[in-house]
Amino acid sequence: MLDALVQLVEMLVVLLFAPLLVGYVRKVKALLVGRRGPPLLQPYRDLLRLLRKEVVLAHSASWVFRVTPYLVFAATWVAAALVPTFATGLLFSYAADMIAIVALLGSARFMLALAGLDVGTSFGGIGSSREMMIASLAEPAMLMVVFTLSLLAGSTQLSSIAAFMQGDVGLRVSLALALLALGMVAIAENGRIPVDNPATHLELTMVHEAMILEYSGRHLAMIELASHIKLLLYLSIIGCVFAPWHIAVSGQGSTAYLTGLVVYVGKLAAGGFLLAVFETAIAKMRVFRYSDFLGAALMLGLLATLLRFVSRVT
Amino acid sequence: MALQILLWCAAALLGAGAIALYRAASTLVYGIALAVTLLALAVGGAALLAPDSLGGALTLPVGLPWLGAHFRLDALAAFFILVVNLGGATASLFGLGYGSHEEAPGRVLPFFPAFLAGMNLVVLAADAFTFLFTWEFMSLCSWALVMAHHRRPGNAAAGYVYLLMASLGTLALVLAFGLLAGPSGGYAFDAIRQTPPGSAAASAAVLVLALIGAGSKAGLVPLHAWLPLAHPAAPSHVSALMSGVMTKVAVYGFVRIMFDLAGPPSWWWGALVPLLGGLTAVMGVLYALMEHDLKRLLAYHTVENIGIIFIGLGLALAFEANAMPAAAALALTAALLHVFNHSVFKSLLFYGAGAVLGATGERDMERLGGLIHRMPYTAFAFLVGCAAISALPPFNGFVSEWLTFQAILLSPTLPQWLLKFLVPAVGAMLAMSAALAAACFVKAFGITFLGRARSLRALEAVETDRWSLAAMFALAALCLLAGILPGYFIDALAPAIHGLTGANLPRQEQLDWLTIVPIEQSRSSYNGLLLFLFIALAAGLGAEVIHRFASAALRRSAAWDCGFPDASPATQYTAGSFSQPIRRVFGTVVFRAAETVDMPPPGDVRPARLHVRLRDVLWETLYLPLSQVVAYGADRLNGLQFLTIRGYLTLVFGALVALLMVLSIWQ
Repeated sequence: MLDALVQLVEMLVVLLFAPLLVGYVRKVKALLVGRRGPPLLQPYRDLLRLLRKEVVLAHSASWVFRVTPYLVFAATWVAAALVPTFATGLLFSYAADMIAIVALLGSARFMLALAGLDVGTSFGGIGSSREMMIASLAEPAMLMVVFTLSLLAGSTQLSSIAAFMQGDVGLRVSLALALLALGMVAIAENGRIPVDNPATHLELTMVHEAMILEYSGRHLAMIELASHIKLLLYLSIIGCVFAPWHIAVSGQGSTAYLTGLVVYVGKLAAGGFLLAVFETAIAKMRVFRYSDFLGAALMLGLLATLLRFVSRVT
Repeated sequence: MALQILLWCAAALLGAGAIALYRAASTLVYGIALAVTLLALAVGGAALLAPDSLGGALTLPVGLPWLGAHFRLDALAAFFILVVNLGGATASLFGLGYGSHEEAPGRVLPFFPAFLAGMNLVVLAADAFTFLFTWEFMSLCSWALVMAHHRRPGNAAAGYVYLLMASLGTLALVLAFGLLAGPSGGYAFDAIRQTPPGSAAASAAVLVLALIGAGSKAGLVPLHAWLPLAHPAAPSHVSALMSGVMTKVAVYGFVRIMFDLAGPPSWWWGALVPLLGGLTAVMGVLYALMEHDLKRLLAYHTVENIGIIFIGLGLALAFEANAMPAAAALALTAALLHVFNHSVFKSLLFYGAGAVLGATGERDMERLGGLIHRMPYTAFAFLVGCAAISALPPFNGFVSEWLTFQAILLSPTLPQWLLKFLVPAVGAMLAMSAALAAACFVKAFGITFLGRARSLRALEAVETDRWSLAAMFALAALCLLAGILPGYFIDALAPAIHGLTGANLPRQEQLDWLTIVPIEQSRSSYNGLLLFLFIALAAGLGAEVIHRFASAALRRSAAWDCGFPDASPATQYTAGSFSQPIRRVFGTVVFRAAETVDMPPPGDVRPARLHVRLRDVLWETLYLPLSQVVAYGADRLNGLQFLTIRGYLTLVFGALVALLMVLSIWQ
């Protein structure tokens, strides 16, 4: 019963907090470069405005284009709802382990890339093609991180990994490399600087924004919300694995859950702040240097896996 | 009893082939094939679900006089009977509709049922002679089908390469069985099982020969060269059979020899086979990404999936060599489940490609596009196949790849250091091939079915016939079913796995909500059913809430395209431009890809051109030198044809003396 309640709260938390996180990151970025920036709640207003607008659909758009926003939203939301944020012991956490969560995000990307090709414009194609190229390196890098963690914790379940990391793990080289790789993957997957620029429009360098260029109205709102949830999801994974402090474990009292929630918000704030600082400090890369960036992430992940064996010997 | 029915089924298929020799009546032949394969499918499935009925053996007085023809139905054979006849039944169903397009039915109809009979008999054979005879029969029937349209450019060459590679494979298998049978010459599988190869060198030779023999038929890199030539050359439902089913019969050959007949494995087999599998997976998908011919792209993906299957098989060998039966059972389950899954979605995709080919006459993706508006049902089924082969949850391809990953994650418990380091690297290759496969099928579906039509024939395409659609939708349903209820499929495999490894996965069907748990709950679990329900619910809920409380208004208009829409379909992304970033990243090494821009000087009115040159390094470094050596040798020996009678006598005398000398030195 309690597990079900926690699961429900978790689903709502990721859904409701996601736009706030994005608003917060934008605000911090603006403050860092000396602007006042939009209010924190601006993403919610944007979403509501988009929801009220009519959809303008290209003549050549098929049902794939109309179904994709809902599927992308659903797959991303389900994936995020299965990541322990403030409490482990979610009712359905056994339905998907970390590999399945990565693959769910892959399903969402697959549909979105198809939608980019659906109308038959050059911008949609450029976005889809680059998105899939980025994914072809980011996904294996992410899986190598999963390998490292599961070799340490003996499990691919995020709950078990979090429980293991709460114990006495100590500082390990392989964990540091895995954290670095995961951070790079998170940046690439969420289309942040230096891989992609979430604020850009009408530029040849854009990836995600080019892919969804033809979307409007409620469809665009769903896709925007899904991408907000995705950012929250990646920060939650990093928080749950590398900063697993005060995650409530099933059976603890209500204070533990409340502390967990408060600490979780603190973790998101810290993560978002670091992201904003990083994005402000660095310049966007050229498209064909992505492969160096993500190849480095992949190699770091592989190195973390291999070092894992060495560190067990010593 | 089950075995007798299956043998009668094979005989009925051969009979249907014989009828077709006299009367090329396509409905009749495909109808018989459909009925017979459905019966065999039911028998195979029943045998797998009720393992008590297995184990029938039969010796027919044909074949070698002192041996006879042995047949046996064990759990492994029953599973592959299921795979073969599922593919056979849907191919016959597709053929019922396709038959009306065929311009030369007399070249296809006799061989189609014979090919099915051959594949059934290979799986049932229980002695080396029968196995090799039926294997060769299967190869020759499929060769005849590849050559059905022999006047089309390229097909004759494809058939020639196929024949050469098939001969090489059979030669390797003959030698492998020779080594297994030993000097006493016990060619029945029962006799071979009792006398495992005496020395380590002999087992190693058996492994290499089995890899060449079965690997060349399955498409293991670098022996894959014939596959993307031959599979697309055949009619589409035969392509589906060759890619989806015949490669699985080759996998069956490998499993039968290495897991059943060759005795206990050495640990280094578990290093060699997964490495080959990983390389095959990555190379296969990279080749596929560079390909713009829809059917060849699918054939290259067969190479990729065979790689994934061999990763699982190799891991099973590694675990078995280290006496870890539970882990071996997991790896083998992953491999065999992928055998089933791949046969389902690859057949589906080839039928889809066949429907497109029938509707437009085009296989080149650069001249397709927008078919989702003209062929909505084909497009839907093809999309399901694309998602399944890209290993996306909640479809079936993900389940078997997930199980393979779980098997890889058990590798740290292996004692050998080489394996400890190698297997995670193989895992990285598997992950990369899965991600690249998704990119490739975004291309395959997006360029073919989405966007705007790139040619008149694509613009005027019409939906395919009902028989073909029935075949596609049956398989698409199976893709989803095996994805959301994988527990039943894993349980059905259990007898076959138990027979080969002596262990089993935990029984899956009693678990809550049909979750699959390969080892234990706290380690890893996956539930496709729940994920599917959650996604469906969340998407439905989202759509419902928005349409009710927010806006449901919709207006059709021209595409936005940053304010500069161009009416010409030529401004869309093409297959070549879609794969350009990946070509830049991977292709410069693997394919020596080089781009040159031909920019006319100012004032010149000719268009600028971008030339891309790709080189097939494997073909150039392995196959071309070999064929040059053979051609050189043949040229030199050519003189022997035109000797005088004196010359021939001298030659014979010299050969005799040389042989006698060898013999005297030998003893």
